[in-house]
Amino acid sequence: MSGRVLVGVKRVIDYAVKIRVKPDHSGVVTEGVKHSMNPFCEIAVEEAVKMKEKKLIKEVVAVSCGPQQVQETIRTALAMGADRGIHVEVSAKEYESLGPLQVSKILAALAKKEEAQLIILGKQAIDGDCNQTGQMTAALLDWPQGTFASEVTLEAGHVKVVREIDGGLETIKINTPAVLTADLRLNTPRYATLPNIMKAKKKKIANVKPADLGVELASKLQVLRVDEPPQREAGVKVESVDDLVGKLKEAGRI
Amino acid sequence: MFPAGRYWFHAGRCVRALRRCPRLDPGALGVRPTARRWASSDAPKITTHYSIHPRDQDPRWEGTEMERFADQADVVVVGAGPAGLSAAIRLKQLALAEEREVRVCVVEKASQIGAHTLSGACLEPSALNELLPDWKERGAPLHTPVTEDIFSILTEKHRIPVPMLPGLPMNNHGNYIVRLGNLVRWLGEQAEELGVELYPGYAAAEVLFHEDGSVKGIATNDVGIAKDGSPKDTFERGMELHAQVTLFGEGCHGHLAKQLYRHFNLRQNCEPQTYAIGLKEVWVVRPEKWRPGRVEHSVGWPLNRNTYGGSFLYHLNEGEPLVALGFVVGLDYSNPYLSPFREFQRWKHHPFVAPTLEGGERIGYGARALNEGGVQSIPELTFPGGILIGCSPGFMNVPKIKGTHTAMKSGMLAAEDSAPSAGNSSPSSGLHVPEYAESLKASWVWKELHAVRNIRPSFHNYLGLYGGMVYTGIFYWILRGKEPWTLKHCGLDSDQLKPAKECTPIEYPRPDGKLSFDLLSSVALSGTNHEGDQPAHLTLRDDSVPVERNLAIYDGPEQRFCPAGVYEYVPTDDGAGMRLQINAQNCVHCKTCDIKDPSQNINWVVPEGSGGPAYNGM
Repeated sequence: MSGRVLVGVKRVIDYAVKIRVKPDHSGVVTEGVKHSMNPFCEIAVEEAVKMKEKKLIKEVVAVSCGPQQVQETIRTALAMGADRGIHVEVSAKEYESLGPLQVSKILAALAKKEEAQLIILGKQAIDGDCNQTGQMTAALLDWPQGTFASEVTLEAGHVKVVREIDGGLETIKINTPAVLTADLRLNTPRYATLPNIMKAKKKKIANVKPADLGVELASKLQVLRVDEPPQREAGVKVESVDDLVGKLKEAGRI
Repeated sequence: MFPAGRYWFHAGRCVRALRRCPRLDPGALGVRPTARRWASSDAPKITTHYSIHPRDQDPRWEGTEMERFADQADVVVVGAGPAGLSAAIRLKQLALAEEREVRVCVVEKASQIGAHTLSGACLEPSALNELLPDWKERGAPLHTPVTEDIFSILTEKHRIPVPMLPGLPMNNHGNYIVRLGNLVRWLGEQAEELGVELYPGYAAAEVLFHEDGSVKGIATNDVGIAKDGSPKDTFERGMELHAQVTLFGEGCHGHLAKQLYRHFNLRQNCEPQTYAIGLKEVWVVRPEKWRPGRVEHSVGWPLNRNTYGGSFLYHLNEGEPLVALGFVVGLDYSNPYLSPFREFQRWKHHPFVAPTLEGGERIGYGARALNEGGVQSIPELTFPGGILIGCSPGFMNVPKIKGTHTAMKSGMLAAEDSAPSAGNSSPSSGLHVPEYAESLKASWVWKELHAVRNIRPSFHNYLGLYGGMVYTGIFYWILRGKEPWTLKHCGLDSDQLKPAKECTPIEYPRPDGKLSFDLLSSVALSGTNHEGDQPAHLTLRDDSVPVERNLAIYDGPEQRFCPAGVYEYVPTDDGAGMRLQINAQNCVHCKTCDIKDPSQNINWVVPEGSGGPAYNGM
């Protein structure tokens, strides 16, 4: 096995920032807004780096798709311990319509090219909340998947994954190569400290175009309109049960 | 609350910490000696930061590796604001022209350049013209030349227009309305192109000294300390950046500058600095209300004639119908019931202001303290190994309400004076650049500040605002500030509050949710956040002072002057009394609490880097 792990990282709007819809309702305002690495991607990077520190794998490669700015996110991953980075260049216009299916195709192509043993992704991105990329990537590669991982144990030829599911925790054993997606409790990501940021400037980030990987970026989905969630209306206090029934009838509910 | 044995140890530790603190003269601070309080069982424990509870006495830190990685640069700049970035750019320009190498590292606590920048702002392009004369070709975000300049005195329902005659300090002909955060971001890009190493997300937390007492550089913040002050698994020490000379450009009331004033006694020959708090919002207004290039200032209502302050409202011309507006209140106000935030909110309802905002949407909010001391309050600017630049020592022209051009110029002069020596290093001693103070005195910065030196202090008379305006009219407009005397300020802002029982509470109107808003939704708009599990960076020298003094005598003014709702007095669990709750995560790094606390008990220190507001073009 190559001992190489591919980690996908996404640059998203910071979770504490108040989101604003563009005046033309085509999307949200991103110009000048504070961005950071998706929190679940940080957990994914941390897991990969931990595996390398335990000498279970040999190399961690951080991948991100997007315009020029995503290089900052790749640098953060390098500062956390990734060995090298791959920036899949997508123009700002194409990035607006880049969704999980295209990203999965890109990751699948890269995994084959890099002969990756594992792909670790965050379970979902906090902007799209799709929770699809990991699953689609596994399907495209016909690899097993361990999603919502809260504990990962890498052994020869297979991986034991404890998954967080609705009913509790599920432990599965899957063969490698495999795709894992990180959930919140998998680990606590380390800080990217300044000496590591400085060292990360010397690590390589390769530039790749989707066309080089044989991936078509055209999306079959078109966003028609983006709106803010409806404002929460103030409630109304009623004095008696008859009042309540009357109001419900008025609202056409009964 | 605590097991007696552990408390006894804690008490001893705190007494040692109190004794070690050099400035803690109880009489000077108006704080009763409280060593005995630590031994009582109901003393509050609020502060856990290591600057108050040193780690070398703390058993939880035993065995923790405290070595720091160190690196050497030629010049380190603390703060990537207009002053810091101008200095960095100038250093690289000079090195390029003289064909030598200089390594310039800039550390900045914000996660991205410009995220902690907040200003009106009407920029006078003088310094920018000197620094980067081709700024227009390079795409500097100066898109809005001032076209209209309006000044008003407001009464509760009416407005008295004041003509903006040329020569008055508030006249803005030739200036640009800018979103300073965007300009700072652009300056950052220019700096990077020249090879400056920019490190946003890393705060300078400590000044380092050589054996001979000169400044050796700075250390960035440690990470991974839990809220109770103990080390977490992710604990890592900050990094040391050593330099021949360190430029401190932390902005108004910087926390490292505060330490340097004490260490090198830099304020012995100047007056204490006086400040104001500026609160700002950005609105998208209805297109028919939008007048790009229009600058409006007002004084008067809702402040009384003895409280310095006023408003600004600027119409930007950057595509969307954006308006930047805000309110400034001098922090030498005396009524502890005054809330600068609520004055700002109610000002927006004035009949001259409200129509502009009706039907609009608020998209940004923030606040920051600003300097008002002028030349009288400028400290000694240089010391072995370091120079103070920008709003940190304070070069703001108060009547013009402009400090960006002078801050940039001060950074450029610092670069020019330290450049010839940077690169010829002495490894064991910091460089002293006293020429900097001379250069500044010979430049237009000093000329400008000298001419307006008496305007702000002239407000301290019975007629307050009106006396000040008359003084400005005669002595500045007619006589150009050439009068031979220099008026004094009235001392520390924190000493100006009167006890609550001598003052009347102010009845503020409730926010209507359309023009005026409550505090918490405003704070949410600033995008501020901090890692929750870290010690509160609003540290108290004495945890019992807030309830015993601030609340008892002044009715807890920090609940009102903090523009982010950090300080709250809440009932204790047993309901018997009150306690101070510090919501450190809300902090927008404005520094007002450190300035205005009547007990001078609050010491703002820098939190983990990347924390703080996420301003976008403020």
